Amino acid sequence: MDAQPIIEFSNFTFQYFSQAEPTLHDINLKIFPGQKILIVGPSGSGKSTLGHCLNGLIPFSYRGEITGSLKIKGEETATLDIFKLSKTIGTVLQDSDAQFVGLTVGEDIAFALENDCIANKEMHERVSNVAQMVDMESLLGSSPFELSGGQKQRTSLAGVMVDDVDILLFDEPLANLDPATGKTAIEIIDDIHKRSGKTVIIIEHRLEDVLHRDVDRVLVIDDGRIIADLDAHALVASPILKDTGIREPLYVTALKYAGVAVTEEMQAGHIETLRTEFSRDALQDWYGNLLPAEHLDARPSILAMEDISFSYDGLRPVLEDISFDIREGEMVSIVGKNGAGKSTLSKLLCGFEKEDKGHILYRGEDIKDKSIKERAEIIGLVMQNPNQMISKPMIYDEVALGLRLRDVPEEEIAPRVEKVLDICGLAPFIEWPISALSYGQKKRVTIASILVLDPRILILDEPTAGQDFRHYTEIMEFLVEINKLGVTVILITHDMHLMLEYTPRAIVLAGGRKIADTAASVVLTDAAVIQEANLKETSLFALSHMAGIEEGTQFVQGFIDYERRLKNR
Amino acid sequence: MKMKLFSYNLADTFIHRLSGLTKLICFLFLTFAVMYSYDIRVILVVMIFSFFLMRASKIQWSQIRLMVVYVAIFIATNAVISFFFSPEYGTQIYGTEHTFAEVFGISLTYEQLFYQVTKMFKYASVVPLGMIFLLTTNPSEFASSLSGIGINYKAAYAVSLTLRYFPDIQRDYTDIHLSQQARGLELSRKAKFFDRFKNSLLIVIPLIFSTLDRVEVISNAMDLRGFSKGKTRTWYTARKFTRQDIIALVVSALIFAGALSVSAFINHSRFYNPFI
Repeated sequence: MDAQPIIEFSNFTFQYFSQAEPTLHDINLKIFPGQKILIVGPSGSGKSTLGHCLNGLIPFSYRGEITGSLKIKGEETATLDIFKLSKTIGTVLQDSDAQFVGLTVGEDIAFALENDCIANKEMHERVSNVAQMVDMESLLGSSPFELSGGQKQRTSLAGVMVDDVDILLFDEPLANLDPATGKTAIEIIDDIHKRSGKTVIIIEHRLEDVLHRDVDRVLVIDDGRIIADLDAHALVASPILKDTGIREPLYVTALKYAGVAVTEEMQAGHIETLRTEFSRDALQDWYGNLLPAEHLDARPSILAMEDISFSYDGLRPVLEDISFDIREGEMVSIVGKNGAGKSTLSKLLCGFEKEDKGHILYRGEDIKDKSIKERAEIIGLVMQNPNQMISKPMIYDEVALGLRLRDVPEEEIAPRVEKVLDICGLAPFIEWPISALSYGQKKRVTIASILVLDPRILILDEPTAGQDFRHYTEIMEFLVEINKLGVTVILITHDMHLMLEYTPRAIVLAGGRKIADTAASVVLTDAAVIQEANLKETSLFALSHMAGIEEGTQFVQGFIDYERRLKNR
Repeated sequence: MKMKLFSYNLADTFIHRLSGLTKLICFLFLTFAVMYSYDIRVILVVMIFSFFLMRASKIQWSQIRLMVVYVAIFIATNAVISFFFSPEYGTQIYGTEHTFAEVFGISLTYEQLFYQVTKMFKYASVVPLGMIFLLTTNPSEFASSLSGIGINYKAAYAVSLTLRYFPDIQRDYTDIHLSQQARGLELSRKAKFFDRFKNSLLIVIPLIFSTLDRVEVISNAMDLRGFSKGKTRTWYTARKFTRQDIIALVVSALIFAGALSVSAFINHSRFYNPFI
């Protein structure tokens, strides 16, 4: 390519003033106009820092020392400020809710134009044009509380496109979206890339989801360095993903389990392009030899809902006739799109809200008369954001809080806190301040502070949101350990990998009703349920069909059982 | 979950159609007119006018009931207190003394009564105007009108941001409150006052930390889209000035001028004195 690169890093190094080591080392990179680039890397690899260098948040908001050069459209960025850069690079941030500054969609899209002092008439024209591009023109007057996650993201996208930027930068665009909305988001980004010819850069660690559509290059960042720059097919055929702890696409894992050596010519970068003639026989053999796992279910019921209905305003039902029965020691996921009633369900279980109709039974006994405090000793709720729970500066005090509030004598508290910190792998930190912990460790502290009350059931709201594969595995394996100790675990989640790999059973809610209650492998291969609950079919299902295996659902189940056995070994 | 700080009403009347800036200026004109003048005739005219506007803007009683109750309590307390602190202020102003009764050794005069009634009507005429302004102006138009009268737009925008994120923070608060309650926190009257204070810190601290997280994201998002780069900015919700705006401005300016002229040429003071 002899065109001028639109972005050019040469010998670029960056170190935050607050850090002892540079976060980015000696980056050399050229990106050409119109390319679509995916940047992957584990948490803390420096991929977000790279994004911040591009859009000017570094050094505008985050200070540090820069050496080497970064040119955008031939101009040295050191000579530009964040406002000039924002005319060239538009950034869509991860949290499209917090990013929504305006009180309505129209106002939010217009935000950049307002700051440019564009006259009112022109502003309204440009806003309605760009709203049309992202299919939001009928919602210009809506407030953020009336929008879904996907619609908020469309609004953010329109808000940066209204400036007619040359480069669109997406910082973890999938983080807060349910599977189906995430899929649509990738399609919208792809359409805009094709139609406008803008340069698109996506920073994301959910590789398989981004590769739902084509990308030109994938850059892998680890430890502040670009360690690979290749296309999707070459990437999945290389050992890089495994080495850096990025999750490879599930169908690629399946191929490897079947003993297939994945090569570039198999075109395994996307499930759609995969050439199965190389792997069909191996997959069929592997499937034929799978052992069915024994599923025991003679355990007694621990928590049941019977015909539960609930509504906040007495008019619009949020939950309708929900019944289920969870057995002791089970690990269950509750899935469904935003607003399906998942969090309301957990609020009812914890006693934060009272059901209008029906019964909640704990070991067969109605718990209607138990207060929030009493229920907490049976059912513990761990919230998504650890910062919403932590209220003490020291780890010991935070974990002891629930016991102290219950007037447990101090000499009894100490051994209980020590025991639970030991289970949670936090024993070495017992005297530490919480501020010194990583996000994952904080999450453990919040789990520990609930476990110390010795609940028999643990409900976790999106326990792995925003975590890379390594931390995700760490948190989930930890929950499996807790589960083995006899604690029943209920997970509220969007993450389909999580439900497939860790919860044998999934309860699916849509529009306040239970639409499925069965094995995760059945849910994620059932087109009707997938559609109604905004889920996405697992790529394993497509793989089984491509390999000529008729019983797709059983193939998926076989994969899960196989993987569990590998992990338990 | 939809929560509105003050429920902006969506009716479509000529008052709603005025630009936010016009409404703010008219509000200031009328308020100054009433605040300056102690002539009960002027005040009554403005009061009747503001009741008429209230009617015209189709504001429902349910929207203002709570505010009206608070204001009534405030006015009543104010009247009682100002009487006991300076029961002779009326006679000082009007220069005469017509006593008609005595309580606790304090003489009640017609002058004092007249002065306090005038003052009460003053409040009664300004408060509806304020309500009309708040309830008929779209919150972000409100921000744009603040910047229109020369307030720094960054400060004006803070108003709009508060309205935008207030419900989010309120929801955070509820969630944190509930989860701490589950851990055994007691905030009801059963707990001692000092404990309640200590316990409320257990909610406030997580709330501050989760809000700070949010602030960082929001300020980045605003920087990335060029907020605060210029000395001024335009507003998407700003309305064009129409003839109605001009009429409204002229009418309220006339009322203001009228109030001033009554004081200047007829009463020769801020007070209207019926006792001479």
